[in-house]
Amino acid sequence: MGHHTDTHGDHAAGHGFEIMPTQDHSDDFGHISPYSIYAKIFVALLVLTVLTVGVTRLDFGSMNIVIAMFIASIKAMLVALFFMHLKFERMTTWIYAVFPLVLLGIMMAGIFVDNPYRATPGPAAEAKAPISADHVTEGHATKAQH
Amino acid sequence: MSASHHATAAEVGPGDPPHIHHMDTPTAYQSAKLGMWLFLATEILLFGGLFTSFALYHWAYFEEFHHASKELNWVYGSVNTVVLLFSSFTAALAVDAAQRGDSRRCSKNLLITIACGFLFLIIKGIEYTGKYSHGLFPGTERWNSPEFIQEYKMYFGLYYCMTGLHALHVVLGMGLLTWVYLKARKGRFSSRYFVPVEVGALYWHLVDLIWIYLFPLLYLVG
Repeated sequence: MGHHTDTHGDHAAGHGFEIMPTQDHSDDFGHISPYSIYAKIFVALLVLTVLTVGVTRLDFGSMNIVIAMFIASIKAMLVALFFMHLKFERMTTWIYAVFPLVLLGIMMAGIFVDNPYRATPGPAAEAKAPISADHVTEGHATKAQH
Repeated sequence: MSASHHATAAEVGPGDPPHIHHMDTPTAYQSAKLGMWLFLATEILLFGGLFTSFALYHWAYFEEFHHASKELNWVYGSVNTVVLLFSSFTAALAVDAAQRGDSRRCSKNLLITIACGFLFLIIKGIEYTGKYSHGLFPGTERWNSPEFIQEYKMYFGLYYCMTGLHALHVVLGMGLLTWVYLKARKGRFSSRYFVPVEVGALYWHLVDLIWIYLFPLLYLVG
């Protein structure tokens, strides 16, 4: 550090560069993770995949989707944080990574809140009618005409 | 200002682009990566619309979607998941090799990644062919029969749209990585210039990310 600030001392001091380890430029081209981390993450992803298949085969009914999406989100986080190096990225990149998820959340929430109150028969309106019983009897006739 | 900090960037080393002396390479590298992340954001919203549709209709036609999903073979889906996860792993290794300036290991891992993409498409092709022969494709006799209710058509419509758009991304990703691979083999990258490897790998990881959600949604939960 000493050498660098000696030559560029006046420039650097004004901009607070002396806080950063100026000799160490290893992060200029991305953080170099230990080689073994990728193998560990890959194994973790495989284990989580087996877990997803196992859990849904056991069949927890309507909880299936909750469990499956929860595990999928852990897998997605592992891929983003370590394979895509998001863990070592600066704040700007994090904002770019998170804002589409927020927008997606707003879109989903809006549509799900809006749908049940629609006057036109949308999917939610049909879902209110019992599916299993009339599906086979008179419900089937009307559905076939669609 | 920053040029004085990265004075070494001005020298043209082996594998550096010829115009390297015009740029502050760490800044160029960070900007290129940020640009890719912005593009990935638009991709998430592109698939997000389809995921929203699926969520809505899955909620509305819970039983029918469950029945329809039983037509898919979860073994094919699982194998393809492992193939894509492995390809993501090798893509990450290719970037790691590039960061360490190891061109040979970089191009080798890129080649494995591309091969995995190819294997994924072959398995997907076998699946699509199977669906067609089982009459689960628009225009087949079973599809047009009254027993094949509207809700099943909605499920398979979403299935083909989502996996089809994903498969298109696999094809584009393979094309992109092939271009990167050819450059890597010619020794065009160094530990100070490997933006195409990193950006190509980011795109490939997104393809993997989308599949991580598609697989349980379509094959397991239904």
